[in-house]
Amino acid sequence: MIAELGLAALWLAAALAFLQMVAGALALRTGPDGEIAQISRPSAVVQGTLALVSFLALLYVFAVTDLSVELVAANSHSMKPWIYKVSGAWGNHEGSMLLWVTVMALSGALIALVEKRLPERTMQATLAAQGFVALGFYAFLLLSSNPFARLEPAAAEGLGLNPLLQDIGLALHPPTLYLGYVGLSVAFSFAVGALITREVTPDFARVMRPWVLVAWVFLTLGITAGSYWAYYELGWGGWWFWDPVENASLMPWLAATALLHSVSVLASRDALRVWTIMLGVVAFSMSMVGTFLVRSGILTSVHAFAVDPERGTFILFLLAIYIGGALLLFALRASTIAEGKRFAVASREGALVVNNVMLSAILAIVLLGTLYPLLTEAFDVRVSVGPPYFNPVSAIFAIPMFAIMAVGPLLRWRRDRWGRIGKEVVLIGALLIAGLTAIGLLADIAFLPLLGLAFALTLGIASFLPLRGRRLLKTPLATWGMVIAHFGIAVALFGMASESAFSTERLAALQAGQDTTVGPWRVRLAAVEPQAGPNWTALAGRMVVRYEGDAPVEIAPMARSFWAPAQQTTESELVTRWNGQLYAVLGGEAQDGRWQIRLWWKPFVTFIWYGGGLIALGGVLSLIGRVVGDIKRRRVRRRVDERREDAEAFA
Amino acid sequence: MSALKPKHQRLVLVVLALIALVAAGLLAGYALRNQASYFYLPEQMRDDPPAVGQAVRLGGMVEPGSLMTLSDGVTIDFAVTGRENSRIPVRFSGIVPDLFVEGSGVVAEGRLGPDGIFVADNLLAKHDENYVPRELEGMSEHQAAEMAEETTVGLE
Repeated sequence: MIAELGLAALWLAAALAFLQMVAGALALRTGPDGEIAQISRPSAVVQGTLALVSFLALLYVFAVTDLSVELVAANSHSMKPWIYKVSGAWGNHEGSMLLWVTVMALSGALIALVEKRLPERTMQATLAAQGFVALGFYAFLLLSSNPFARLEPAAAEGLGLNPLLQDIGLALHPPTLYLGYVGLSVAFSFAVGALITREVTPDFARVMRPWVLVAWVFLTLGITAGSYWAYYELGWGGWWFWDPVENASLMPWLAATALLHSVSVLASRDALRVWTIMLGVVAFSMSMVGTFLVRSGILTSVHAFAVDPERGTFILFLLAIYIGGALLLFALRASTIAEGKRFAVASREGALVVNNVMLSAILAIVLLGTLYPLLTEAFDVRVSVGPPYFNPVSAIFAIPMFAIMAVGPLLRWRRDRWGRIGKEVVLIGALLIAGLTAIGLLADIAFLPLLGLAFALTLGIASFLPLRGRRLLKTPLATWGMVIAHFGIAVALFGMASESAFSTERLAALQAGQDTTVGPWRVRLAAVEPQAGPNWTALAGRMVVRYEGDAPVEIAPMARSFWAPAQQTTESELVTRWNGQLYAVLGGEAQDGRWQIRLWWKPFVTFIWYGGGLIALGGVLSLIGRVVGDIKRRRVRRRVDERREDAEAFA
Repeated sequence: MSALKPKHQRLVLVVLALIALVAAGLLAGYALRNQASYFYLPEQMRDDPPAVGQAVRLGGMVEPGSLMTLSDGVTIDFAVTGRENSRIPVRFSGIVPDLFVEGSGVVAEGRLGPDGIFVADNLLAKHDENYVPRELEGMSEHQAAEMAEETTVGLE
């Protein structure tokens, strides 16, 4: 019953998306005061509500493990812990697509409710575009991936959820990323709306900016969380594998980062109009490409859980319509958008353009590397592309970007002289050279990590330079946001470079009671014991680990066997100190009764995720600053209006 | 530096962006040709071996009876077999994936040593019922029958 309710709500929501699209499009002709224009906002709101009802229905059937629903039977199990039952609702293809459209419909409802700053015509065009995009995804869900399909007769027991996904990471990581992807769909709709009405103004940028910020913050958090999850869950000791699906989340982030910077230029300086629109289209395209890569199973990846050619074709079709359509519209309209304000090369805008171009170049490199295996497969040559390609090639563009990032925020808008910030530039250059020589002489490490460490040091200090000479309490929140996000990049870079430069690994076969060392740690395998959990049994390797002179700590990494579905996983265990992490994995038993263990000492690896957190925090601060500023401005305007009315009434 | 001539600014920006993107594309194309790791079947590796030390991947079946753990307890030797009685010896140090057993399919990432032994840094085995490394999946179409004759254990 509940499943049917969910399905009905989904169909109704699709119908409303259609209505929203048509009404918005017609309103462009009749004008914003026509009766038809009154329809689009309410239909967006109702559509959001219905999608939410549908998603709640799915949560419900998963929570009660209704095995007459095919999706539940295929992905859940009555014995699973409660939290994984619920989060399992989006740990599969159909459920995750429903989550996607729900978030999309809710954000559409939100713009329809609160956004009053844009010219009504642009707003109608935006809502129409939003309805059009949503409609495609509804069609996808209803026609090829119905989450509520019934199973006749009902299954006796579910097949269970992949144990790798039975983790708190699953409850958090996909929804966060989806919020990011979908936030970009809103930015896309705004860009299309503005293209249709040719109103690419600073006002438009101010409306779009919070959405880009929200999307970007969630993407940052989603990538950071996903990276940490892969790090501890897979037991391979790495934090980024350049897996196609990881790239699929990185590419929208790169595009969104570029968009974030260019939309700021548009909002405060009225420059980079066409470029911002272009990035709005590209950013959402990257989300769609990401979805396509993940959902079609066309590339090898642990994420590819829906290997179904029909679905891949469907998403490819949607991709072609939306991106092709948007690019066509862009090609037709771009030349008719008036040029924005101009600026000198040595200016904040100039620096941001360099940042944008470098980010786009990195995006191109990641995209090409991700698609290359597909391309060669067409010629029957199978290749895989990994770190030896991605690391150095993206570094070629990342390094100049970091350099510009250090000095760019010090430049003034519109026109500046390098001479004015000469002292700072010399300081930054000196720091960099000092860092390179000092680290190069002291430690024998590879070139890329060396560069990374030196730039992390330089950026860490340079990111605070924009605060110099300001009264800290009076500095706008948005500026603090920028400073903290840039500092976060430095922190994350430091973590990445340290991890790759200083990690040590130990692979050993030990008998119970034997010792080994890794870096500054001494590790003793105390015993290997069986353990049992709610839906698994395990062998736990009890180890006593001791950091030089510290008190010993006991850990127990496990090799778990799940029975629904039957599968084994390695549960690594981590010991975190301020200066790094010990990473321990228990392997199999060798013939002579020894146990394989694998240990890593990874100095400062945690800084990668601290950095990610700081970057997101910067985004949040900036968002709060912008929204609060906006609310204040609205209040002031209202008061001014009231006074004027009073004055007129007196007269 | 002075401001650019106003009329041309947009054009200059577009050209600069294009140059950077084309440079990125060319660089990527060049690097991809050198850095992509090619996939070899055992018979391909036997007939036309990659350069010693070049990162490649090798996919085939783990030969039954060939798996041996060396005395350090963490290094294993085994052989990967393919069509036409091809057979490549492989050495791997580390913890093997859970579903790595004799007679099953495997993809080994690593390099061919000067002694003709393939030294693997990483092994990819069938993950679970739903996830098969793509190379093995492809193999099931073309080669499962032949593989099954040789090893009596086919891939799904």
